[in-house]
Parts: sequence; structure tokens; C-alpha cells
Amino acid sequence: MKIVTLCGVGIGTSAILKVTAERALERLDIEAHVTAADVGSIAKVAADAQVILTSSELVSAIGKTNADVIVIDNVFDVDELTAKLEIAIG
Amino acid sequence: MPFPPLPDDAIFIGAPVADWRAAVTAAGHALERSGATEAGYTERMIGVVDEFGAYIVIAPGLALAHARPGPDVSREGLSVVTLAEPVAFGHPHNDPVGVVIGLAVTTSDEHVHFVAELANVFNNASVIPALQAATDADSIRSLLGASADAATSPREPA
Repeated sequence: MKIVTLCGVGIGTSAILKVTAERALERLDIEAHVTAADVGSIAKVAADAQVILTSSELVSAIGKTNADVIVIDNVFDVDELTAKLEIAIG
Repeated sequence: MPFPPLPDDAIFIGAPVADWRAAVTAAGHALERSGATEAGYTERMIGVVDEFGAYIVIAPGLALAHARPGPDVSREGLSVVTLAEPVAFGHPHNDPVGVVIGLAVTTSDEHVHFVAELANVFNNASVIPALQAATDADSIRSLLGASADAATSPREPA
């Protein structure tokens, strides 16, 4: 499984979200590769992704995708990510 | 990977700001004072919010002000600004913001910079309110696990 974390410029939020997502996946015992992307690279990076994690502000920047788009409010909250990932892919 | 140094110059406690632009500007000025960035970087951090919206408000009460690496970044840097009165950034869930962290990195390679370490610090939900309540720079450094200077020069007593 491939999961992409998306932020505007690809250096801050997406890197943090990647760490939090990896923790959540560990809790769920799900094997997945988590990649950070920015708005400029999302179409290419997420082409073969099952899940895109991002903030509500950036959903419209994703464009057409077959991936499940999950909106995260608090990028540090492993509980929130675990719950949302479980609904999407569990 | 450890944080860049967080000298007193990079910390502003109780900044009086009227809106999110002033809050991001304060975080940018703190990065400039610490020698990490030049003025252009502060403008670019504001530009990120103008372009993409308030997504930099990454947790309740906390904004991570940042922009892409560029020639206006001299070295990796971190700044912390706490606001005298929290301000709205326009985020649907995480407003109002009382703490702004300024971030500058020299490369976009997620594997070589310290940003992920922030996830470890803020994994503890009590850190944001504790930063907001901090009254001195040493408390803020202690909460983040940062030091005033990574090199040798001793910090002058406050």
C-alpha cells in the first residue's frame, strides 16, 4: 500500500504527517509506504497511491484521483490518524 | 536529527500582533535576527499562506510558518513566537493561533532535515499550551528540547 502526505511546499507539514502516519500504521499493524509530496508533485507522486493525507485547505489542489483523500486536522495526533486510516483502509 | 540552535534572538514571548500576517512576520523577523534567513524569506512565508491558505495551522493553536528553501536561507533555522492575544488564521478547526513556529531549511529532502523531530515533540499534546504559557526563553527551549547554541559560544545570562 502507498500513502502520500501532502502539503503546500513539501518541507514542513508533509514531513510531520509522514511521521505521525507511520506511527498510526504501526498501531494498526498495516504495512504501507508513506511518501511526502507537495502540491506541485502530487499528481505524479499520488498516481499509484491508495490514500492521500492532507489538510482541508489543500483538498482542492489534489485534482482528479482514485485515492481516498483523508483530511487531517491535527498533524501530531496519532489517535486521529489511526481512527481515520482505520475507516479508510482497515 | 537535532534542532538547529534556538538562541534568545529566535524567541519572542508575548508578541503583540493584530492579525496572522503580523504573526508570521514576527516569526520571520525572529529567524532573521538569529541569522538563519534574510528578509525575503519572511515575505515568502506570508506568500505560502496567501497561495495555499491556512494549512500551516497544523494543530490547535499552532502555526508552522515556512517556505521552500532558497537563497534567502543562510542556514537551517527555527524560531518561536508566542502571541499576547491569539489571532485567527482562517483555519476551520485549529484557530485561534497562539504559538507560531518559524522554520527554514536548506534542502527539501525530508530525510536530512529536522522537521520530523517536531512530530516527536508535539506528539505530547500538552506542549502547545505549555509553550503558550511560557514566560522565558529557557522554558521554551526546554519544552522543545532545543539548545541556545549548538556551538561553543556561551550564552549570556538573561
